[in-house]
Amino acid sequence: MRIVVAMSGGVDSSVAAVLLAEQGHDVIGFSMQLYDQRDSPESWGSCCSLGDLQDARRVANAVGFPHYIVNFEEQFRKTVVDNFVSEYAAGRTPIPCVHCNSGLKFATLVERAAGLDADVVATGHYARIDRLGADGRYRLRRGVDRDKDQSYFLFSLTQDQLSRASFPIGELTKPEVRAIAERRGLIVAKKPDSHEICFVPDGDAAGFVKRQLGDVPTGTISDTSGKTLGQHGGIHQFTIGQRKGLGLSTGVPLYVVKIDPKDHSVVVGGKHELGRSTLTASRVNWIDGAPPATPVRAAAQIRHRHREAPGLLTPHGADRAEMIFDDPQTAVTPGQAVVFYDDDAVIGGGWID
Amino acid sequence: MRIYLDHNATTPAHPMVRDAMVRVLTEDVGNPSSVHYYGQRAKAAMDDARAALAALVDADASDIVFTSGGTEADNMAVRGALAARAPQGRRHFVTSAIEHEAVLTTARALERDGWPVTIVPVGLTGVVDPADVAAAITSETALVSIMHANNEVGTVQPIAEIAALARSAGAWFHTDAVQSVGKLPIQLRAWGAAGVDLLSLSAHKFNGPQGTGALWVRRGIKLSPIVTGGRHERSRRPGTENVPGIVGMGVAAQLAAQDMVASATATAHLRDHLEQSLLSKIDGAVVNGNPLARIPNTSNISFDGVEAESLLIALDLEGIAVSTGAACSSGTLEPSHVLRAMGVPQARTRNSLRFSLGRGTTMNDVEAVITVLPGLVDKLRRLTRSAAAVR
Repeated sequence: MRIVVAMSGGVDSSVAAVLLAEQGHDVIGFSMQLYDQRDSPESWGSCCSLGDLQDARRVANAVGFPHYIVNFEEQFRKTVVDNFVSEYAAGRTPIPCVHCNSGLKFATLVERAAGLDADVVATGHYARIDRLGADGRYRLRRGVDRDKDQSYFLFSLTQDQLSRASFPIGELTKPEVRAIAERRGLIVAKKPDSHEICFVPDGDAAGFVKRQLGDVPTGTISDTSGKTLGQHGGIHQFTIGQRKGLGLSTGVPLYVVKIDPKDHSVVVGGKHELGRSTLTASRVNWIDGAPPATPVRAAAQIRHRHREAPGLLTPHGADRAEMIFDDPQTAVTPGQAVVFYDDDAVIGGGWID
Repeated sequence: MRIYLDHNATTPAHPMVRDAMVRVLTEDVGNPSSVHYYGQRAKAAMDDARAALAALVDADASDIVFTSGGTEADNMAVRGALAARAPQGRRHFVTSAIEHEAVLTTARALERDGWPVTIVPVGLTGVVDPADVAAAITSETALVSIMHANNEVGTVQPIAEIAALARSAGAWFHTDAVQSVGKLPIQLRAWGAAGVDLLSLSAHKFNGPQGTGALWVRRGIKLSPIVTGGRHERSRRPGTENVPGIVGMGVAAQLAAQDMVASATATAHLRDHLEQSLLSKIDGAVVNGNPLARIPNTSNISFDGVEAESLLIALDLEGIAVSTGAACSSGTLEPSHVLRAMGVPQARTRNSLRFSLGRGTTMNDVEAVITVLPGLVDKLRRLTRSAAAVR
């Protein structure tokens, strides 16, 4: 089968491509150029710099399958970057990777692949796809490596998208992936993992957003009783639960507990004021294609690095849901994704209101 | 089966070129600046190459300066001319919007550094109008640089006319002839008398090796050096010469001179057959650039509603290598600055493929493209339409 593999130049997608090639598939490597990299210095460790694109090409060349770099700058800006900036500007904390997966990799890239007679796009995500018996529905599950699991970023895939997706390393752990890379002598075997947002390689999301927006309105920082504690230079710098960089000198540790885009105010409070027992989510995608018929017990994950917490999940209409946690959760952050799990299977997910 | 139709990007080195280069690397291994036997061998081999290259462009061998390629030659000409003429109050540079990046990016860099620069526009024909150049030239113009043949659409520029204009205004004239040397006759003795002062060329566009080129400098023109160092190339270009490359270029020049007319005729025949067949088999296909003023090997065609990037990849997977014009450092595709400058509608700039034939291209190659391409265009158009319908 002809399969397009989205290659970032990292070890995961490289091994995904190699495994498919070794299984006898007709592999075509695609690396997406997502933003103008001509003048940027190479930054080791961040995704998809010019050096990463070269690494992907070298892996493909060493293994012996074709590799192309495709220019998705325009789609990336529309699908991912603009949303990232407007979410921060509205006082929410976005997750660009979700939009990149559902709007680029499993949309534009799938279209491109179809033009080359490749019906499937594979990636180096730690996640699994099963096909259930009778009705042939696809199920999205956590990767075997619980530490590296990326199903959280894939919740918005539709049944059609899942039918065209393949995650060859979902059954493997990261050490196993590295071992495969080393045994094959891949140049990326020892390459460090990337953590940052790829188009913000210096990790300064606030600075990036400021550069995109130009002037941003300033506002006040107050405590939960309404007392003003200070001023800030724009709500894009804050995220719920944030403790550092508030510019306040108080004896007790304070956390951002609320960001109000209407008057640009930021409210801080003690750690106990961060907890919330319920959340509602919008634009929910149900992996099965439809919401559960009745409220169900589920576990909800509210950040990439959050241990999912149990509670009651109640669908409201086709694309809204409410989650009541058994215990309060710290830093429920508007704009972040919430993903609902039944054991290791994704029921669905949406955006925290 | 692999078919190579990207000769404007680079051409395969002729086996005789390769053999000559291997001889230099294994036998004539000296530094041409050395006094001893080995140095003399290397120097002699280099002199032979200079004579062969001079014969190809009908120039005096001593007016040829070896460089690392077309880009360096262009930089030497443009930067060297401006620096040389600035003390006489001539600081202005005139060039066109369809130049190769070697000239165009240099022009923009000079502009940022405060040099007055005029970039002359072109129309849909992809041919610079001498009247536009005349209007741009002032009494302070130091240099006019207009390419001989465009690398993306293949259009040949009226450089004789423009060179004469420049000379009558006291400006020097440079032409980037990277895409025409080996394809069109070049007569620098006559051209030099008529107004051409500087000409850039590159070996790997006429079946020589990459990384080797030359700048022809008309006698009496004194450029300021842009790189300083030893007294190589009569103090015009410092650095130990790339002797294997230069020798390879000499052999390639000799071979090109021998078969240029026959090769141009044969290539034009194949190119015209390819172009006519594709236009008749594929609806919504348009040739970019004036078809009557082109180098014989190039055809640039837009296919309505098809992302050229996808078409190029689909062709590559079928073993057919073409291009969309200039590629950037990562190998990704950018909308062509040449097509944009010509005023080609933006959608069409993303639909365009460049086919560039060369010595060695056969009728079988061309027929294979004619067989494969219409089906790929059809398929991509269907998918684009259904994707648009889904959205």
